[in-house]
This record gives sequence, C-alpha cells and structure tokens, in this order.
Amino acid sequence: MPKLPAVPIPPRFLPQPPPPGTQRGRPRTPLEKGAEAGKSAVDWIDERTSLSGGVRWALFRKVPKGTNWFYTLGSATMIAFLNQAVTGVFLAMYYRPDAGGGAYESVRYITNDVFLGQFVRGMHKWGSSVMVILVFLHMGRTFFFGAYKYPRELNWVIGVVLLILTMTMSFTGYLLPFDQRSYWATIVGVNINGTGPLLGPYLSDFLRGGPEFSATTLSRFYSIHMLLVPGAIAAMIGAHLYLVAKLGTTAPPWLRAKPEPELVEEQL
Amino acid sequence: MNQREKEEYLREYSILKSQGKPFFPYAVAKDGLMGCLVIAIIIALSIVLGAELGPKANAATTTYTPRPEWYFFFLFELLRVIKPPNFVGLATIGVPTLAMILLFLLPFYDRGPERHPLRRPVATLTGIFVICAMAYLTYLGANAGPPTENDIPAPAAVLAQGKPAVSEFYLGRSVVAQSGCEACHLIGSNGNNGPGPELTKIGDRIPPQAIARTLVNPTEPMPSYGGSGGLPAKQFSAVVAFLSDLK
Ligand code: HEC
Ligand code: HEM
Repeated sequence: MPKLPAVPIPPRFLPQPPPPGTQRGRPRTPLEKGAEAGKSAVDWIDERTSLSGGVRWALFRKVPKGTNWFYTLGSATMIAFLNQAVTGVFLAMYYRPDAGGGAYESVRYITNDVFLGQFVRGMHKWGSSVMVILVFLHMGRTFFFGAYKYPRELNWVIGVVLLILTMTMSFTGYLLPFDQRSYWATIVGVNINGTGPLLGPYLSDFLRGGPEFSATTLSRFYSIHMLLVPGAIAAMIGAHLYLVAKLGTTAPPWLRAKPEPELVEEQL
Repeated sequence: MNQREKEEYLREYSILKSQGKPFFPYAVAKDGLMGCLVIAIIIALSIVLGAELGPKANAATTTYTPRPEWYFFFLFELLRVIKPPNFVGLATIGVPTLAMILLFLLPFYDRGPERHPLRRPVATLTGIFVICAMAYLTYLGANAGPPTENDIPAPAAVLAQGKPAVSEFYLGRSVVAQSGCEACHLIGSNGNNGPGPELTKIGDRIPPQAIARTLVNPTEPMPSYGGSGGLPAKQFSAVVAFLSDLK
C-alpha cells in the first residue's frame, strides 16, 4: 500500500504548540471550540465510512510539472454536463412528452410564461453546443498530447464512449420541443441511421418504437434523453475520473524529467 | 511500446509527477476558474440568443427544412459530398462507423513511445486534416440556406394544356418548395445537389406512377410523403403532376 499524500496545509496554518509560559488549562475560545466540533464530525463520519483515505488519495495527489490550461478542458466539459443536468431537471418539471400537442404547448409555456423559463431553456440549449465543443477540444488535447498512449489506453476508449453518448444526447434532445424543425430533422436523422450497416435498421426501429414515427417515438426519445443516457454518462465520467486519479494526468509531451540535483551529486 | 519503453516512461513520469504540485488546491483552482468561464459563456449565450420555438410539428403540412443542430452539419454534408446514390450508404453510416472504429482503436494501433506532436507527423497531420475537413463541412452545411423557393416557370407543353394544368403545376411547385424536398434534391437551380438525385428532368426519367410510388414508399433517407400521415390527396397529385412535367 503506497503512502497516502499528506494534506498540503501551508505552515502558517498548521496547529501551533502553545507558546511557552501560557497556561495549560486555559479555557478554549469559541473559534477553537467550533474547529473542534468540525473535526469530531468528520471523525465520526470517517470512523463509519473510512472515506478520508480515498478523499486524500484523489485530492492531494500531485499533478505533474508543466500542467497548463489545456488540462482544464476535461473538467470544463464536466461543468457543462452538470449545467445540462441542473437546467434539465428544471425543464423536466414543466415538460410533457405528449406528441398530440402537449409537448409543444409545454415548451411554449416554459418559453413564454414560466418565470425565467426562456433563460433556463436557453442555458440548456446553448449549454449543449458548449458541451459538444468542449468534448471535441478535450479530445483534441488528449490526441495531440499523445495522452491516449500507455498506460491510458482504456481512458481514451471510455472517452470515445462519452463522445458518442454526448452526441446521442443532442440527437434525442433536438426532437423534444416538437416544432417543425425538430420533427422533420429527427425523421430524416432516424432514416439516415436506418441506412447503416447491420444494426442500422434495428437501431432506427428501436428509436422510433416501430417502423413508423408515432406517438411512442417522442416518449422514447424523452426517456432516452433524460434517464438512460445521462445515467450512462454519469457512470462513465465516474470511471473516466477514477482512471485519471489512478494513473495521473500526463505531463506535457515536451517536458523531459531532470533528475533531482541531490541524485546527480550522488552519482558522481 | 515494449517493456523497456514502458518502464522508462513510468520512471520519467513519476519524476515529473513528484516535482509537481498537489491537485488540491492548485489544479482545482484552475479548473474552477475555467468552470466559471464556461458557465458565464453559457449564461451570456442564453441571454443574448435566447431560445426560439418554431411552428408546431405537423406531419401533414410541410413547411420545414430538415436541418439538424449545427454540430451535425458535417454528417449531413458528408451525405452530399459523397454523392453517387450507391455510395450513400457508405457516406452516412459507412464513413462515420469507420471513423468511430478508428477512433476507438487509436491507442491500439498507434503504440509508439513518442508523444511530442511534432515528432509524430502522421498522427498530427491526420488530426489537423480531420479538424479542417469537419470545419469545412460544417461551414458548407451552415451556408446551405433553407431551400424553400422554386422559380421554375411552367414549360410550354403545360401552358398548351390550358389553365387547370398550369395551376396544378404551380400548386405542385409550391408544395415541393415548402416540403423540404430541396434540402436533398436539386431542381433546376433550386435546392441542394444531394443526397437525393437531381430532379430537374425527372419527368423524362420515370413515369408518374413511379414518382408517386417513390413518394409513398421511398428509399431511406428520404421520408415518406404519402399514406395517412402524408400530404393531402390534392397536394399529392399536384406534386406528382409537377414532377412529371419536368422534362
Ligand atoms: C432527406 C432527404 C430527402 C428529402 C427531404 C426528399 N428526398 Fe427524394 N430522394 C432522396 C434520396 C436519397 C433519393 C434516392 C433514393 C433511391 O435512389 O432510391 C430520393 C429519390 C427521389 C425520387 C426518385 C428519383 C429517381 O431518380 O428515381 C423522387 C421522384 C423524389 N425523391 C422526390 C422527392 C420529393 C417530391 C420530395 C419532397 C416532397 C423529396 N423527394 C424529399 C432524399 C430525399
Ligand atoms: C463527457 C465528456 C468528458 C469528460 C467530462 C471528461 C473529463 C476528463 C477529465 C476531468 C480529465 C482530467 C484531465 C483533463 O482535464 O485533461 C480527463 C482526462 C482524459 N480524457 Fe476525458 N472527458 C470526457 C470525454 C473524453 C473524450 C471524448 C476523450 C477522447 C476520446 C477523452 C479522453 C481522455 C484522456 C485520454 C484523458 C487522460 C489525459 C491525461 O492524462 O493527460 N475524454 N477527462
């Protein structure tokens, strides 16, 4: 078992021994009491869960020298995903997956009548574009940095799954407002799917819920869009991040390690 | 990478890692700043551009342009670029499926130890080429304006048949223009050339019954316009008449 990294507390904030000459049994200040209560609450949880080891392992690991702003693209993608999740929950409070007109009406209601409705819908709509752009940028970063090579191959594969899931989100979400544009684009999109090799026809039958576009198609897209795929994305992000913490992020490919000066002297 | 190269990499990496800084708070601070920027951009987009809602979906009337969300444009354009109809299957799912498989397997066929982009010219150039191709296709898709107009005049043969034939021709023309056919078909100088075949002289090529059959029972990706959910009978026969008059 490797040693867990220590908490990087600046020396100034480390607990100080009482200055010599002060009384031992001095009453504690309210601040100290508060800190003590916090500590014992954390201890209480840790005694029952042993979580602190994992948290220390994930949070206080080192990131290599030279880590730059390109390395924030992955977590930026995750922020965009969280934005979709939160705004999506609010949209789902009003949305009705009813192909008979209810869906369109509910979206119209969100857009025109609900307090901040258009704002939240706009955040969801534009957030999807931002997320797609960020996924591609992040993928470009890992590609050009050669970060998919040993030992991170599996993380690349999980990443490609995340890419496909993200595109599936956009495809299924596009139908939900059920206006002319989304309706016809989806019909054509599902048909394009149907021309695919082997699985194509089955995939488009599954998406439509039958050979024809019908009322079930909308509820199918809705449940895929708000239950199936987001769940899968969350699980995949979990696996992705576990591997990132386990293997560490790459150092920029142009950095070469210089041995520690002490080691160089020892070799002489 | 062979065993020696793997071990070399791991040794090198552990030195660089030990010289780095803790993830919390240094990397977390950077990530947090970037996250705030992302949310700020999304909020700004939402306030400035809002969220529009088009007219309600209607399977029977058809003023639509089957346009996907912009980040699917490159797929749709791919359909148009790889044109001959027998290649359409290849373009739609063939090329994307192949690209996906290549993407999935990337770490398994590119196993060299080199990571620097400038010392991996093949990978780097391929990456740049794919990015440029996707950007170009997206640009093409964005500029394939919504084709909802058609200005073909009635040919002399139709004019000679008198008024009812002429008005049926124009009714068919406007239904075709508004039904999104031109998203996939070129008719005269209107619409996009592909993924469907050009219809400028369709009347020469196939008889009216065959046109009607195509509209009811098309080959994918063309949607069906016949049957109960399709065009009303009058519009339907006008479309067939219009197309068969194109000679
Ligand atoms: C999503 C794209 C798309 C749309 C929209 C579309 N088509 Fe098509 N159409 C195609 C494709 C692709 C083919 C070729 C199918 C084949 O080769 O079997 C085709 C074939 C045809 C043909 C047969 C051409 C021939 O040479 O055999 C006719 C006629 C036709 N379409 C008319 C129409 C009309 C009229 C409309 C609008 C009401 C329309 N299409 C809308 C994609 C489309
Ligand atoms: C929902 C989408 C995704 C999320 C939320 C996500 C998140 C992250 C995060 C937070 C990291 C840490 C390092 C960094 O930020 O660069 C990371 C690393 C990585 N990601 Fe992703 N990612 C996503 C999609 C992808 C895709 C599409 C790919 C490629 C196909 C990919 C491949 C990788 C690889 C190879 C690493 C390791 C990079 C390194 O060690 O330098 N990820 N991901």
